[in-house]
Amino acid sequence: MSTTVETNKAIKGGEFLIRETKAQEIFIPEEFNEEQRMIMQQCKDFLAKEVWPRLDEIDSMKDPKLMPSILDKAGELGLLGTSVPAELGGFGMDFNTTMLVAEVIGAGHSVAVALSAHTGIGTLPILYYGNEEQKKKYIPKLATGEWKAAYCLTEPDSGSDANSGKTKAMPTADGKHYILNGQKMWITNGGFADIYVVFAKIENDKNLSAFIVEKSFGGITMNEEEKKMGIKGSSTRQIFFNDCKVPAENMLSERENGFKIAVNILNIGRIKLGIAALGGSKQTISIATRYANERKQFGTSIATFGAIKHKIADMVTKVFASESAHYRAGQNIDDAYNAFVAGGMDSAKARLKSLEEFAIECAILKVHGSEVLDFVVDEGVQIYGGMGFSAEGPMDRAYRDARINRIFEGTNEINRLLTIDMLLKRAMKGQLDLMTPAMAVQKELLAIPDFGASEEEGIFVKEKKALNNLKKAGLMVSGAAVQKFMMKLSEEQEILMNLADMLIEGYIAESVILRVEKLIALRGEKACGIEKEMAMIYLHYAVNKGAAAGREAINAFAQGDEQRLMLMGLKRFTKIDPYNLKDARRKVANHVIEKGEYPF
Amino acid sequence: MKILVCITHVPDTTSKINFTDNNTRFNTAGVQFIIGPYDDYSLARAIEIKEATPGATVTVLNVGPADTEPTIRKALSVGADDAVRINAEPTDSFFVAKQIAEHAKSIGYDLILMGRESIDYNSGVVHGIVGELLGWPSVSPVMKLDIEGTKAKLAREIEGGKEFLEVNLPFVAGCQEPIAEWKIPNMRGIMSARTKPLKVVEPVSVDSGVKLQQFELPPPKGAVKMIAADNVAELVTLLKNEAKVL
Repeated sequence: MSTTVETNKAIKGGEFLIRETKAQEIFIPEEFNEEQRMIMQQCKDFLAKEVWPRLDEIDSMKDPKLMPSILDKAGELGLLGTSVPAELGGFGMDFNTTMLVAEVIGAGHSVAVALSAHTGIGTLPILYYGNEEQKKKYIPKLATGEWKAAYCLTEPDSGSDANSGKTKAMPTADGKHYILNGQKMWITNGGFADIYVVFAKIENDKNLSAFIVEKSFGGITMNEEEKKMGIKGSSTRQIFFNDCKVPAENMLSERENGFKIAVNILNIGRIKLGIAALGGSKQTISIATRYANERKQFGTSIATFGAIKHKIADMVTKVFASESAHYRAGQNIDDAYNAFVAGGMDSAKARLKSLEEFAIECAILKVHGSEVLDFVVDEGVQIYGGMGFSAEGPMDRAYRDARINRIFEGTNEINRLLTIDMLLKRAMKGQLDLMTPAMAVQKELLAIPDFGASEEEGIFVKEKKALNNLKKAGLMVSGAAVQKFMMKLSEEQEILMNLADMLIEGYIAESVILRVEKLIALRGEKACGIEKEMAMIYLHYAVNKGAAAGREAINAFAQGDEQRLMLMGLKRFTKIDPYNLKDARRKVANHVIEKGEYPF
Repeated sequence: MKILVCITHVPDTTSKINFTDNNTRFNTAGVQFIIGPYDDYSLARAIEIKEATPGATVTVLNVGPADTEPTIRKALSVGADDAVRINAEPTDSFFVAKQIAEHAKSIGYDLILMGRESIDYNSGVVHGIVGELLGWPSVSPVMKLDIEGTKAKLAREIEGGKEFLEVNLPFVAGCQEPIAEWKIPNMRGIMSARTKPLKVVEPVSVDSGVKLQQFELPPPKGAVKMIAADNVAELVTLLKNEAKVL
């Protein structure tokens, strides 16, 4: 890993769109070391021992002490302190190791939600924005789980538009306290939390401020547990603050800095949500594959049928591809953090800066991870057939619990809008030169297409060209849309969704190709046959999806010659050599079926 | 008190088993290895005794080549203080027992624990042979073990019931659940595993007189035929003509 740090330092967030990344620059999950593998096993053992045997009991919510007691056990194992530095009672792990923990725990249904809310949005605002006193007072107890945390941002009339919250914080006459009044909803861990990070506006401020509120401060009441479609075992409450008296020193960071805190903490939450969704996906694939092996129809196990193999291959491929991108971004974040710290930046600030730098990737991964999970659980139900629709089988819970992931931590729509918004803002600020490559693409569009065969030799040469072209297609359509709408592009949300899809697919496809290329360099081509097929399957999927999104966008804003020219360009940039995907899927599926679980 | 826990490095319980080299070698390709589950219980009990006994130490031992070290470090992460690897292929029970006994003689332990059997070759005799070689009592399968001064109170599973024993230290025990709840290592344990001593010792030479010739897998299970409960005649016909067991 250390050898890549030097070269990676230069990588900027969002730059993947215009930069050709080398395989040796990315981190791949196969490179996790023995200690990280032990941690992975530790998390699996935790789920196997404390969570999976009690899923019904947890979801029944009959015992309100059950969830906190499971979090206590996680705390004893150290699972709540992975992001916390050693001097504050944690383990100070690098970002990618905390991602690994989030991934495995992600298969823990309601427990995964409770645990990640505590360690993420509950603990991190204090860890990253708290002053020394606040950190010393709260973090060690949060790292062990002695205190449990919740995050109170959303209000009945303030969801995606988070800065519009109405909760008020009025300073007392002596200036020693703030009096909080307002209503928060969908508060994960609300029922049992000891500490709430609460966002409220001081007096008539335009922007939110953030406060650390202890339950013991008083003036806090709550409604009954919400009845939800899924993650039924996760405590979700409406919380009312009625003259809740908060010491002035419990304000986090500065006045009106709350919205920034909320946004930056959500960056971390997003990539962690994405990887947790993949942990859930892997578990679902393993369960569905075992069922396909056992279930017999027409005298044979249904795993022998091509239609089932197609499903298993697609489920596994999407997870593998998404995972490649998650740990690639995770390492980028670690490298950026290390570079900031080496430059003299304080650790908490460096963590935030590194995540802010890769905020585009975080939003992409939130969308992709959660949508892969939804795809996987849907096909999981389908493989289970009638038993998939039964509330007695395991797919019922998997299907219901998956759904929230496209909604919380910023809906996938908000995150799609954000990816393009952030990209364009960086371009306008001159942080990311989108202009030069976009102009080059326009020029290429008018030039005679290059029909010459590539001279280059090596792995994935043609595929990388296809990938590069997919990025060009994205640049072409985005560039034209920007020119067309200028500042009014933000009103064209449908087109922005299309552009986001092109961007997302380009990033994921590139990540899986680079991962397999690096894996081949490590293990040899013969040992990576299945992985290579997955890279091919994903690339074809990404190019087709990119082409469809591009077409939709072009047809929505271009007419006449311009439209014709762009559609032709799109066709040229999304051309891909034919490949027998049926055979590729069979190879992948046969491997998974033989192993009887997600095997990578 | 010095406790030695002997652990095996065995395939995960869900592994697919097959053999290579004309059915003489277990094919380890793609197999994940774990601490033998029975050994894991004995390790958990050893750690509990250590935690309750000031000054007590736990050493883990494995007879195996270098690739068993991740499994040994797993045991260290659970709470053992140090480890010994006898650098040899564990070819048969007597060979393994002899290595353990020789090491134990050189150190002087008060208690040697291991699983009632390994889950790969399941011989279930190593504890007995170690006891014999050291001239110590050996008891198996032990499901309860409490140290009381220089003695221990044990409960052992016997056919249809339990047997309660009092044994003088030192002794050897082959353990099984519910002697202790198996332990998940905590983060601190995992992070310290790498820094704990792991000593590699060359084996003593042993002529055990046993040579492996071949493995054979059981034939694959045939399909199950369901016969209606009121159709006994058909069942009898099938048992006679198809299964040929009547």
